[in-house]
Amino acid sequence: MTLVKGISFDSWRRVGSVMQAVKVYNMRDVDELIFVDITATIDKRKPDFQLVDDFADECFMPLTVGGGVNTIDDVIGLLEVGADKVAINSAAITNPDLIKKSSDMFGSQCVVVSIDVKLKNDKKSYEVYSHSGTISTGLNPVNHAVNVEKLGAGEILLTSIDQDGTMNGYDLEITKKIADELSIPIIASGGSGHYKHMNEVLLLKGVDAAAAASIFHFTEQTPLEAKRYLKNNGIVVRV
Amino acid sequence: MGKVLVIDYKMGNTDSVLRAVEKCGGEPILSNSISDFENASHIILPGVGAFQKGMENIEDLGIKRILKEQVFKHKIPFLGICLGMQLLAQKGFEHGENSGLGWIEGSVQKFEKTNKDDRIPHIGWNEVNFKKENLLFEDIEFGQDFYFVHSYHFKCKNPSNIIATTPYCGEFVSAVRKNNIFGLQFHPEKSQKLGFIILKNFLSFA
Repeated sequence: MTLVKGISFDSWRRVGSVMQAVKVYNMRDVDELIFVDITATIDKRKPDFQLVDDFADECFMPLTVGGGVNTIDDVIGLLEVGADKVAINSAAITNPDLIKKSSDMFGSQCVVVSIDVKLKNDKKSYEVYSHSGTISTGLNPVNHAVNVEKLGAGEILLTSIDQDGTMNGYDLEITKKIADELSIPIIASGGSGHYKHMNEVLLLKGVDAAAAASIFHFTEQTPLEAKRYLKNNGIVVRV
Repeated sequence: MGKVLVIDYKMGNTDSVLRAVEKCGGEPILSNSISDFENASHIILPGVGAFQKGMENIEDLGIKRILKEQVFKHKIPFLGICLGMQLLAQKGFEHGENSGLGWIEGSVQKFEKTNKDDRIPHIGWNEVNFKKENLLFEDIEFGQDFYFVHSYHFKCKNPSNIIATTPYCGEFVSAVRKNNIFGLQFHPEKSQKLGFIILKNFLSFA
């Protein structure tokens, strides 16, 4: 398995080894790590429990693992090998009962529902995509988010497919729309290219975390500097 | 320090705790067998998940008695983490009313929003403000951040059991103590350097 980074869920480039990235991030005092196997569902594969076990051994910070999570056994397996939270994406649409089952068994704080959104052709409304952005579901993201919260999701990982990898900033519009309707925390994802982007998105009520990848893979900006920038701008962060 | 028993009662990820104890120079053993209880110099009860299930599993494994004996009679240092701390309570109110171990007076209840911007579960890093000096927090500055991930919290009846609080939905109890019994609502094994200091402090308590 290789670590990759794409642009708008396409043109994936290799960016090194997973283990190396985990070790580096561990040392850099990042607050949390999200690991997603982006081809598991479309390849009809299970999560790679051995791999997660191996790098969970190096990870002394909170770890969320997703990709290919379709059954309660997948959830149990991932928690057993070291994930603190399990991210459910496509299964939230194809098997939404999994959210309730996982939440009832382990508590909603273990269940992250990952939602990938894209602007429709009219450039005005948004749609939920599943299966690594390959299937357009026709679902309204706000309705979908509200539904999964009712089912027992403890947190939403919201990724803008359009913005992902572009380093042009998060999609503030859809992030705010969804955050306003929920009472669970949101992790914003997709588009961070500069610390100010993180600042903008963290100012939105209900957005408790900003996820980033390209900014750390392809620029010289660092997690520590990001936190200092945010702190100087009044955002409460652990520095 | 002898063997550090991390109780295996099938409530979530124990790997991180085992590795963290190793990193802190301890010799951890994941077990629920009576002999391992008898030979442990320290006992850790981790746990993530529902209060009721946690207590059921402890009962089903038949370890309630040996646990109490080691902790109360032999005064073995005990650390409850997250659910492990909550189970110290007399009662828990998740999915109805359930009895806990009852070692520290109080009950476990769900967070209540104090304003519409409060989000539940409480997930993320937050400051831990410890009350006066405490061996657990030696070498740790007041108000440092540790990692929390929970929807329920411990309401202590006796203020002397409260050794740290954290601001969220008002303020809640983030660490408890009664003699050789310690409880942490946050996850030291997930709180990087500072978490290790707390674990080391616990492991050096005899």
